[in-house]
Amino acid sequence: MLRIDRATYDAIVAHAREDHPDEACGVVAGPEGTERPERFIPMLNAARSPTFYEFDSADLLRLYREMDDRDEWPVVVYHSHTATEAYPSRTDVGYASGPAADPRTHYVLVSTRHHEKQTGLVGDDVEFRSFRIVDGEVSEEEVEIVESYLFGHSPTTVVYD
Amino acid sequence: MAIEVRIPTILRTHTGGNKTVSGSGATLSALIDDLDAQHSGLKNRLVTEEGKLHRFVNVYVNDEDVRFTGALDTQVKDGDSVTILPAVAGGC
Repeated sequence: MLRIDRATYDAIVAHAREDHPDEACGVVAGPEGTERPERFIPMLNAARSPTFYEFDSADLLRLYREMDDRDEWPVVVYHSHTATEAYPSRTDVGYASGPAADPRTHYVLVSTRHHEKQTGLVGDDVEFRSFRIVDGEVSEEEVEIVESYLFGHSPTTVVYD
Repeated sequence: MAIEVRIPTILRTHTGGNKTVSGSGATLSALIDDLDAQHSGLKNRLVTEEGKLHRFVNVYVNDEDVRFTGALDTQVKDGDSVTILPAVAGGC
């Protein structure tokens, strides 16, 4: 399951709308080893294409150095599909199954195929789905949206006198 | 002094959990052979059966992507810093 806070969810959807009809992409970093997507980092789609996305190689290096310095890893890697459903394509699965790709990553797919000219308007239909991709196998997972991530997860420690 | 190599999270299973390892060699190819001798299985993850760098892996020597500097033939030397990362891309 992917648990994600409302603000981050909205930021991913907004990025996808903004870059439509090109694919938008980015990551949500979190403390290394955790499942907590805490820091939204929109990336430039170096391909600037409606059918392909890629992180520029220099941007990728900077991103990972920065995450490394902060003891973070990419909890979520997201991108949009602008004419097809929010489901990993064969190309997506290929990259996600690459030998250096971490199968613990949550792959979020957003589709803006239905929003057409209504970009940015409330009520547009934007699909938001999350997947695990392990050795070429795709499995969809539940997405739980919490209002605020920091207070949304349990257990909390309560100390009574 | 040796060449410092940063290992992506998933490949740390080969390095006993270490984020950074060190090795030596005059080219990236020789460095990977040296790393593989210390951390068995690493080479298989980076180099294809045809002897090319895997296309879904990015390798940098200092700040340079080796795709632009001769791939596995890229020259390396003591004091260099090598970073291995998963390429992030896809499409509909």
